Amino acid sequence: MSQYISGAEALMQSLIHEGVKTVFGYPGGSIMPVFDAMFDHKNDFKQVLVRHEQGAAHAAQGYARVSGEVGVCIVTSGPGATNTITGISDAMLDSTPIVVIAGQVGASFLGTDAFQEVDFVCITQPICKWSYQIRRPEDVAWAVARAFYIARSGRPGPVVLDFARNAQVGKVEYQPASIPVQRGFIPVPDTDANSIVEAARLINEAHRPLLLSGQGVTLADAQEELLAFVEKADIPVGCTLLGLSTIPSAHPLYKGMLGMHGNLAPNVKTNECDVLIAVGMRFDDRVTGNLATYAKQAKVIHLDIDPAEINKNVHADVAVLGNCKQTLALLTEAIKPAKHTEWIESFEPLHEKECQAVIEPALFPKEGPIKMGEVVSMVSAATKDSAVLVTDVGQNQLMAARYFRYTTKRSMISSGGLGTMGFSLPAAIGATFGAPSRTICAFMGDGGIQMNIQEFGTIMESGAPVKIILLNNNYLGNVRQWQQLFFNGRYSCTPMVNPHYGTIASAYGIPSQAVTQREDLPAAIDKMLSTPGAYLLEVAIQEDENVMPMTPPGGTVSQMLPFDSIQ
Amino acid sequence: MEKKLYTLIVHSENTAGLLNQIAAVFTRRQLNIESLNVSASSIEGIHRYTITTWTDEDTVQKVAKQIEKKVDVLQAHYYTDSEVFMQEIALYKLSTPAVFANPEICRTIRYYDAPIIETNDVYTVVQKAGRTDEIVSLSRELATFGCVLQYVNSGRVAVTRSSSEQVSAFLEKLQTLSEKKI
Repeated sequence: MSQYISGAEALMQSLIHEGVKTVFGYPGGSIMPVFDAMFDHKNDFKQVLVRHEQGAAHAAQGYARVSGEVGVCIVTSGPGATNTITGISDAMLDSTPIVVIAGQVGASFLGTDAFQEVDFVCITQPICKWSYQIRRPEDVAWAVARAFYIARSGRPGPVVLDFARNAQVGKVEYQPASIPVQRGFIPVPDTDANSIVEAARLINEAHRPLLLSGQGVTLADAQEELLAFVEKADIPVGCTLLGLSTIPSAHPLYKGMLGMHGNLAPNVKTNECDVLIAVGMRFDDRVTGNLATYAKQAKVIHLDIDPAEINKNVHADVAVLGNCKQTLALLTEAIKPAKHTEWIESFEPLHEKECQAVIEPALFPKEGPIKMGEVVSMVSAATKDSAVLVTDVGQNQLMAARYFRYTTKRSMISSGGLGTMGFSLPAAIGATFGAPSRTICAFMGDGGIQMNIQEFGTIMESGAPVKIILLNNNYLGNVRQWQQLFFNGRYSCTPMVNPHYGTIASAYGIPSQAVTQREDLPAAIDKMLSTPGAYLLEVAIQEDENVMPMTPPGGTVSQMLPFDSIQ
Repeated sequence: MEKKLYTLIVHSENTAGLLNQIAAVFTRRQLNIESLNVSASSIEGIHRYTITTWTDEDTVQKVAKQIEKKVDVLQAHYYTDSEVFMQEIALYKLSTPAVFANPEICRTIRYYDAPIIETNDVYTVVQKAGRTDEIVSLSRELATFGCVLQYVNSGRVAVTRSSSEQVSAFLEKLQTLSEKKI
């Protein structure tokens, strides 16, 4: 039997109906009726109070990325809402399903420049999948159902609900809503049977095929389908930054990361392959470098769920639209088993070259200050390569991406598209709620940690067991590297005067250790991993280490420093 | 790539805020919208936008896809001038004394087959429906007489020359799909 409840309570019922288990939030004037309703639902879903609304949005992202579920954050109107904008943009570029519920002034105050009123729907329209203002309690059930449906369906992304205060307090006869077929939102395009035939023909005829695996494989949960496909056709695989962990690092067909700071072999081979199979990736400029010299020799097969990605940056000779869990399976059926031994072996000398010039010195330095790569590799090994990697943005991100290893899917959380410094700490907090049984290792620099350092408070209060690895070089390292390489070494505003991080952590009750000597590192990592709960491991690393190899911005993907000089 | 005037025809739900989002796709690419018309369509509850823009095919293709990606947009297609029947309408408010003073003005209006829809001592309103080039040419001629008080142009409306109706076919397909689900 239905009964009259408030719009805020209808939101609670709708969240429970959608299976929400955790929300990240911060209260304020225009969302108070919702937080009041939450008081009665502490047992229905976890309620995590963050210390800044940006943290709520990134925590929801981290939760969504590790679990595949929709992340939820609830904030107030005005500044509460605008503080989530970076997270919403980040989720849009990285296709992360989150629903941001923001308070709004009552409908009768809209447009009057009322206290904490901001036109949030208008602000967020260009940076989210759907943005909707709930003005009547009758719309709550429908709007929440549609928000979750849109956020998680097709190519996932952020959705914004702007919840007017009068709709929170008004009464409604609640009925759970479900979303019928939408004529204005087709999540998964039809797969053209001919495209499968045509793609299979190209793959069967290929002598030097290369597959690029993107985050679409993770989003479609198609890791097994990917393996079945590449194993049948014997195709080497390169991963984009967000495509890392779609294939186990130790798999013989895995040839490394693509892009500006990726591995030499897959980048060079991109410009040598005859068929390039791109799966769930969008040919970002950080992957392709100069488009005019990118894979011009190859026939390109592009598998994607989003028709707008086809031909956006790179022309696709064959476009296979659809969910790659299905399209990869269809392709696997359609192709003949093959062997490309000679082609795959040709990756080896390049790998050797990179090992000698870059990887060995980065991972096994004999003397001198500690290097980023050795910390990353050692942490990865200490977790038996089974942890979830969360990175911030900059050198820590690229080094972590290069040297962390994966045995488990959904193990890489990084702000790839937007490149949001300060992402890692709150995202890692969110990830601990999304995957409570896994170890969450968050790598960050001395710049990024300070961009959301207030979230130490969230860790203290919620007990989120984040293993924080602070790679401290007293520099905004990635910008410093570019200044060194492209701005004549003029280090404008990149040296950092840092606080004593251990003292800050201890104020929040987070145990910590600072390491400056190489020989202390293994024991410190063991201590971090064996200590229950959160831990801060600060490592003093070489101040002026550069991330190598590197394709200079706008350069040719196959020409990487230090192997080729800058033109 | 060669730049042309393209006509985009977009069908959408009648929801507030969509016009903003569609316009933003053009803004992001620094494309000017030459003309824009929003109206009801032949299908109840569905709106249609007729938008013209100068650009190349590669760009207009991407613009159409990015518009179609917006939630509540049903379909977005682009056409060249040879693929559509198109019309626009212009209104000219002319000074009546000026019109009487120069018989060439009336001859020009008759030549362009443009009806006078109102006249009084002060002003005369002339209406011209037709293709862009006809309207532009009439505007130029009237301007040389110095008699124009106001001028307004509706922008292009267009229907496709194709014998098949893409949106109706799309809706029929969806209908069968949702019936199957039920």
